[in-house]
Amino acid sequence: MNFDPSHSKRSFSSVGTRPIRPDGVDKVTGRARYGADFNMPGQLVGRILRSPHAHAIIRKIDTSKAARLPGVKAVLTAADLPDLTDGDAAMYDILDNCMARKKALYDGHAVAAVAAIDARTAKQALKLIEVEYELLPHVTDVDQAFAPDAPLVNDTIITTGLDPKPDRPSNVSMRSQFGHGDVDAGMARADFVVERTFKTEQTHQGYIEPHACVANVSSDGTADLWVCTQGHFVYRQHCAQLLGMDASKLRVTSSEIGGGFGGKTHVWAEPVALALSRKAGRPVKLVMSRDEVFRASGPTSATSIDVRIGALKDGTIIAAEATLRYSCGPYAGSWAEIGAMTAFACYKLENVRTVGYEVLVNRPKTAAYRAPSAPMAAFAVESAVDELAKKVGMDPVDFRIRNAAQEGTKASYGPVYGPIGIGPTLEAVKNHPHMKAPLGKNQGRGMACGFWFNFGGQTCTDLNIGMDGTVSLAVGTVDVGGSRASLSLVAAEELGIDYALVRTVIADTSSLGYNDMTDGSRGTFSSSMATISAARNAIKILRERAAQMWDILVEDVTWEKGHAVAKGETHGNLPKLSLKEIAAASGTTGGPIAGHSEIVADGAGVSFATHICDIEVDPETGATKVLRYTVVQDAGKAVHPTYVEGQYQGGAAQGIGWALNEEYIYGKDGRLQNAGFLDYRIPVCSDLPMIDTQILEIPNPNHPYGVRGVGETSIVPPLAAVANAVSNAVGVRMLHIPMSPPRILAALDA
Amino acid sequence: MVEVTLWGSLAAAAEGNSKIEIEAKNIRELFERLRERFPQLEPLMDRGIAVAIDGTIYRDTWSKELPPGAEIYLLPRLAGG
Repeated sequence: MNFDPSHSKRSFSSVGTRPIRPDGVDKVTGRARYGADFNMPGQLVGRILRSPHAHAIIRKIDTSKAARLPGVKAVLTAADLPDLTDGDAAMYDILDNCMARKKALYDGHAVAAVAAIDARTAKQALKLIEVEYELLPHVTDVDQAFAPDAPLVNDTIITTGLDPKPDRPSNVSMRSQFGHGDVDAGMARADFVVERTFKTEQTHQGYIEPHACVANVSSDGTADLWVCTQGHFVYRQHCAQLLGMDASKLRVTSSEIGGGFGGKTHVWAEPVALALSRKAGRPVKLVMSRDEVFRASGPTSATSIDVRIGALKDGTIIAAEATLRYSCGPYAGSWAEIGAMTAFACYKLENVRTVGYEVLVNRPKTAAYRAPSAPMAAFAVESAVDELAKKVGMDPVDFRIRNAAQEGTKASYGPVYGPIGIGPTLEAVKNHPHMKAPLGKNQGRGMACGFWFNFGGQTCTDLNIGMDGTVSLAVGTVDVGGSRASLSLVAAEELGIDYALVRTVIADTSSLGYNDMTDGSRGTFSSSMATISAARNAIKILRERAAQMWDILVEDVTWEKGHAVAKGETHGNLPKLSLKEIAAASGTTGGPIAGHSEIVADGAGVSFATHICDIEVDPETGATKVLRYTVVQDAGKAVHPTYVEGQYQGGAAQGIGWALNEEYIYGKDGRLQNAGFLDYRIPVCSDLPMIDTQILEIPNPNHPYGVRGVGETSIVPPLAAVANAVSNAVGVRMLHIPMSPPRILAALDA
Repeated sequence: MVEVTLWGSLAAAAEGNSKIEIEAKNIRELFERLRERFPQLEPLMDRGIAVAIDGTIYRDTWSKELPPGAEIYLLPRLAGG
């Protein structure tokens, strides 16, 4: 491996240990407050009326009967949420998605809302709202929507990324292209070529906690929003803009979060709750039902992907191309663009081209889901790579090692890589006992690689030292996977004190500078950078205070293992001062001691993983059972290894569910048929084996401790790893995900 | 003068140019020059662009210098989950 060794050679005291998480007891005892656990005196119950049609013009909404119902305090339609977006198309789409304006664009699209004194009254009121629809032809399948004669989903969308730009709307909102070299010339030189078309169905993040918020708009125009979210600062910006408020007048507090995985990076009902509260003059609590979560919060894209890969006899991939069609719901998105960037990112390719098409369909607006877009692209590419390895006559791991990207490789999406971990994960898999374990009848083994970018972003942190020597760390990145423990470890590491002396809290939007949301695997990466910076600023003040207490120059004071130490011939005999002693004296040496940091955490390190899956398939029923699963992933530096392993396991578990069972099923009427966990089948404990993990640490040279993001990469390889395992078990290449029993039987019968 | 590589969609909006020579000391100047030279890039730039300098991706550090001879690549601003 070739990387900056100064990071890995560093010896850590706290970072890399596995203390108990600070929020654990409250969570397992039910004391922790999630989105729906907050209440205010006099609060009303908010409910939303949703379209039963996939595509319809809203001719008329009559809310008069609902408004007259005793106990109803506010009724709201799009007329109460005027367009204040000032030409910002992306914000207009968010507004329209929160409350349909001219057309209902999918089954579940919000068309009206009420606030009433209780849930029963609110439900009654919804029944009294009369909506006159004019039905329009709809399309929910990505391939059908891509066809030139498909019903037009959104007549405001004209394709971008084409030269010349079209002058008529279509269901393709964007075309994007990446790559380098000459793919056609490369393909002509290939000794072996695999060409396949793959399809994946739409899935939901499957978080257990539905969206929930309490909104309270005061008569003076200030407002509070308590909400489950991955990004309360972003929610503040969006809600304030949509409601025409100054952001400073809206304070948003993030609750504990019962899963998000990208689905809580977008506002859905929160602007509606605020608008209802403003109209009613009372707090409004709005909690989505599970049905609403499925029908009206953001699932992934469904995809249709063509892949063609050519290799020489010696196993070198000489050319690769992919055409990726991603559904994005009824509004423009950029999910296919990301799929096109990630598709071949694991490989060193002279000639590569990817083209992504964003396709509008009459389904809910697509949202992020853990490494958004990458798992589907990896499924297609890694399936084709596996097949190509067989054609060449090479072991699939050796074939990938031969073609793996490395430091200095020009990535398929453009820039050159710095130090990266794809090669080491493949070597670790090659040598892993899992790869050598015997398989039985009807069993298959598959492996696959995955890539995710990771990113940083705006981050602000306050580190406050109490007079008792304990530390309060206020961060603005919502803790979705154990970051409070990790950040406490980082603060303890820098200050040289015990982990138990640090308490990390998530500050509300009025208490801290702006923070980007917890997405892009940025939470621990960016907030640890800011924490290190804040701690170092605090140490500077601690040294100044110690110098004052000793009456010596600050230049003669160093900070070592939680203590100020006097240096130099004249001060060498002074006894060192602990952080606690300096803090206790702070009232007389200049007041409170704190460190602050405001940064843009650019320089995130890209991340790679390789997974192994063993599976058994019943050829009579098509039922599958995952027998063994192993994740090998580069963490850069694992700040809290237990939570890193948890992220690896969680991503793999979700990916296995995506691969085998999960899918949105739409009827011919364009309505979602399985909007609940009884019919939408996510994995439960009995569906999964213990997922083994192996953490590699190839440091990111742009982070002081070498940290990379770890939260997303682990969901990229499973679709392909499971598909390769099933294909090897049944002897038929699986091209369509999820590989539910009927699909496996159909593949066997084909 | 630095050489900047544009990804496909951006190149389409930059009159088909996938590589551009441009006078810019830092990311802010690069964006200003691009907007002046190719007004059609405006909507794509408003949607968000990241800049890779010798392989490290910068999303928000507009003061980041563009060293002569560096590999500079414009990329879409990414979303995460």
